[in-house]
Amino acid sequence: MLNPAHIRSQFPILNREMNGCPLVYLDHAASSQKPVAVIEAQREYLMHLHANVHRGVHSLSQQATDAFEKARETVRRHLNAAHVEEIIWTAGATDAINLVSQSWGRTQIQAGDVILLTRMEHHANIVPWQMLAEERQARIEVVEINEKGELIETDFQEKLKLNPKLVAFTHVSNSMGTINDAKRWTAAAHAVGACVLIDGCQSVPHMEVDVLTLDCDFYVFSGHKTYGPTGIGVLYGKKDLLESMPPWRGGGEMIDVVSLEKGTTYAGLPHKFEAGTPHISGAIALGVALDWMRGVGLQSIGDHENTLGAEARHLLARVDGLRFIGTAEEKTGVVSFVVDGVHPYDIGTLLDPMGIAVRTGHHCTQPLMDYYGIPGTVRASFGAYNTLQEVDALAAGVERAVRMLR
Amino acid sequence: MSDSNTLLQKRQEEIVEEFAFFEDWMEKYEYLIELGKELSPMDESDRTDDNIIRGCQSRVWLAAKRSEEGLLEFRADSDAIITRGLVALVIRALDKLPAEVVSGADLWFVQRIGLDTHLSPTRANGLLAMVQQMKHYGIAFQAR
Repeated sequence: MLNPAHIRSQFPILNREMNGCPLVYLDHAASSQKPVAVIEAQREYLMHLHANVHRGVHSLSQQATDAFEKARETVRRHLNAAHVEEIIWTAGATDAINLVSQSWGRTQIQAGDVILLTRMEHHANIVPWQMLAEERQARIEVVEINEKGELIETDFQEKLKLNPKLVAFTHVSNSMGTINDAKRWTAAAHAVGACVLIDGCQSVPHMEVDVLTLDCDFYVFSGHKTYGPTGIGVLYGKKDLLESMPPWRGGGEMIDVVSLEKGTTYAGLPHKFEAGTPHISGAIALGVALDWMRGVGLQSIGDHENTLGAEARHLLARVDGLRFIGTAEEKTGVVSFVVDGVHPYDIGTLLDPMGIAVRTGHHCTQPLMDYYGIPGTVRASFGAYNTLQEVDALAAGVERAVRMLR
Repeated sequence: MSDSNTLLQKRQEEIVEEFAFFEDWMEKYEYLIELGKELSPMDESDRTDDNIIRGCQSRVWLAAKRSEEGLLEFRADSDAIITRGLVALVIRALDKLPAEVVSGADLWFVQRIGLDTHLSPTRANGLLAMVQQMKHYGIAFQAR
């Protein structure tokens, strides 16, 4: 069992007041807050360890490089990847997906090929593929969802008959919390010869992820949604696949030999995909964030969030005309809802002066909102540091807001 | 022109006075919600894509015409009620004024009543874009 008071004491920002009220931060899915361990890791790096990595013979550069590469190993262990060079640092999950679409995609996707996505994808797992499809004259197909916000299995099987070259889907829906059966979908996609990319932005912060068991080809996640800093993310890719892919961005760090006469040869993995000076402090702090999560216990975090989500749904169900968006059998603690006759934006606006931070809008999943025929939802999302008292505050706040708005 | 400018200032002063009564944020919002409910809805025929001003979250529609006296008349609407309240206030300040007064209007009342955050680009409620569009109408009607 997780001790919320102990956890909260490690998050300085939660002591803030917002508009005269204690801050109730329920926007974890947009970005998580940071524990002292992560804040201190970045500070410590800048105070005592900073030098450019992989360059200097001097000791400071070597120490910085060691810390940076140790963080890569932490990520490998966290995801249970087979090889450390399968972990590529990126600027975030969006950047990681763009890397795959620009490097793997531009060499593998041909005119007429099918790229299979799902209705519940974040725009970051749609737009890069649309750009690629347009360039390569490929075609995007979409697996539809049911009313509960679950992928429709028969539709998935049907779309696989189109022999997609790539199947890209989210492990957990950011708008609804639906957990997709990533292992089974991956196996089904592989059975028709498709490459599989999984968006792990909303899974890594909440559960154990094992890329070896999933057997996916690519897995991406962002640091800032998983208690780490902004500007850092991870692309996991199977070694053979990454080795076969051309570099995407050119520059320093990613080269073997540069010659103006004979051309340039590239570095091996993982540096081939890491042109330029990386976000060193971000990578180190992300490693610390993942260790921090392990310290608390991934299972405990997930269980705690599920408890909060269940209580929130229980309390919010009393609000007249409130309808949950996303009621999948398998889901995380995320609670997304709409209220008849009330715009989500108005609810969010009224919760703000009460100190309650929720996300309103389409959550970068417009195709999903189109399916439900709504402009957006109010979404409360939880992290290890949230409490049942905060869930009470949310429910009371929503009831009050709806009373005012009706 | 100077009379119209005086009128614009007077309207803004009235709004500021009204809001001076409110003790906290919730009262302000209650009033905005009331204003939003009172704003007469736009005709469906005017809620067209041409008239839409896209905010990220709430949508705002705006239509303008020139009256026989040569004044600009605005009608506007939003799908979010608090945004409608804000829309009502902006219209109250700028409606039925000459185009040149609208185009150069300084809506200082918004800051005075503490609602300037609602006019910031990060709010994404379409309101800032609506005010800009109203001023564009002002410029366009002057040119005719």
